Amino acid sequence: MRRAAPRLLRLGSALSLVLLWQVAAWWWPSSLLPTPLAVLDLAVHDALHGPLLHDLGATLRRVALAFVIAMLAGSAIGILMGRRRTLDLLLDPWLMLFLNLPALVVIILAYVWFGLAESTAVLAIAVNKVPQVVLTLREGARTLEPDYQELAQSFRLGWYKRLRYVTLPQLLPYVALAARSGLSLIWKLVLVAELLGRNDGIGFELHLFFQLFNVTGILAYSLAFILVMLAIEYGLLQPLERAANRWRR
Amino acid sequence: MDCCNHLNALPTAGDAEGAPGGPRPPLADVRVARKVYPDPATGRERLILDRVAFTVGPAEFVALVGPSGCGKSTLLHLIAGLDQTFTGFIRWPGTPDGRRPRLGYCFQNPRLLPWLSLRGNIDLVLDDPAARAAAVDALLTTMGLAAVAHFPANRLSVGMQRRAALARAFAVQPRLLLMDEPFVSLDAPTAGQLRGLLLDLCERQRPTVIFVTHDLYEATLLADRLLFLSASPARVIGTVEVGIARDRRRREALVDARYAELKALFRALYQDAADGPEQPVTDGTDARPV
Repeated sequence: MRRAAPRLLRLGSALSLVLLWQVAAWWWPSSLLPTPLAVLDLAVHDALHGPLLHDLGATLRRVALAFVIAMLAGSAIGILMGRRRTLDLLLDPWLMLFLNLPALVVIILAYVWFGLAESTAVLAIAVNKVPQVVLTLREGARTLEPDYQELAQSFRLGWYKRLRYVTLPQLLPYVALAARSGLSLIWKLVLVAELLGRNDGIGFELHLFFQLFNVTGILAYSLAFILVMLAIEYGLLQPLERAANRWRR
Repeated sequence: MDCCNHLNALPTAGDAEGAPGGPRPPLADVRVARKVYPDPATGRERLILDRVAFTVGPAEFVALVGPSGCGKSTLLHLIAGLDQTFTGFIRWPGTPDGRRPRLGYCFQNPRLLPWLSLRGNIDLVLDDPAARAAAVDALLTTMGLAAVAHFPANRLSVGMQRRAALARAFAVQPRLLLMDEPFVSLDAPTAGQLRGLLLDLCERQRPTVIFVTHDLYEATLLADRLLFLSASPARVIGTVEVGIARDRRRREALVDARYAELKALFRALYQDAADGPEQPVTDGTDARPV
């Protein structure tokens, strides 16, 4: 048997999923299981004439903000904890607590304590992600090669050269790892935060469709959003990660 | 062979151009009274360097010879300023401001940054790579590295990486070149070729060199003066002039003859050291415990 191209295999697998869905929809004709075409129809219609694009934009904005905040704060704390032993010992119990705190609890408490505001939603989501970034970057900072630090010191490299050419290349694979796992966590949490306390965004629309038992709407909105996130994952984050690891062999 | 008394690092052969009014001050004055490391297993302190004192003259090539693991690398670390935790001092009477001069450091492993090209690794340590581009090109050609200059550093063979590390150390035009067994674990022809390159480059740039090795032949071939260190904790147990002019070091017979003489001294020294005398008899030396 000839070996099929990996790309074709993936595509075939995705198409068979759609096919299965179509067959199931024929088998049990019901408003609770619309056909793929009906879902696509609604997605296109709502994109052109409905709120889909607005909601998509709102959700993406929250994802982006929470992602940037979590990456910056988490990286800074993680690198400091990796380099400073005292700080590591001090903050480790906090890290353990936040790692094991359910995301839903953080989001609910944030809404209760700080009100149903946009900034509350974004920060609550970021707080859920920070511990993972800290964990990854702490590991990265611990593995910084002392040989290279000595090299930089004996050849008297300035701080910029040290950062840009000595330290960052060693940390980038860890940043890329944190970014990938971070995005997939954050976009799921954003939907929860929107469902609980925002009045736009994909999560908000899902809430409305849920109350009406409108499965076509639920599928149309969530699939549109999933496609966008997959595009970011494959088009942006995976190439970034490959670039960060290119020198390793 | 003359083994002159060598208290204040006399100018070496071919270094007669300067020095008005007597000998120039030494470049480096190393007085390490004690250097200890905490033993990670027991938490107790282990003595690494015990009263190591010597001076190195301007443009002098000094080899630190001693058994493996005796603390030679630690000593280079202290001289480079990478480790400040020791008792004693390291002074720089030969520099205008009394501070550590510009360093080139050849570590025991090549330590090229794998995410940069060979050329990138060299440019990184230069203050103004653009201004020195032609000089670096020439250096790479001399070292036989011009064809691979744009290879990622971790794609080079070990011999090439060592040559690249040598090129990097020379590219900064150091006043002081620290070399930590840079040719260890290379096959004999490659090591021989690199020693020749080192002599060439020293002739051209005339840096002061402190060269750590446990190979007496290598030391005889390269250095103006040998400092013998004892087994751990390291002490200077002897120092001797090699006494072969730099332009005559390619003559194997000359080096071989001197090596034979030094080997006898070497044996005597390390046998004595095993019995632990304070100041073993050496062949005209300035071994001065602090």
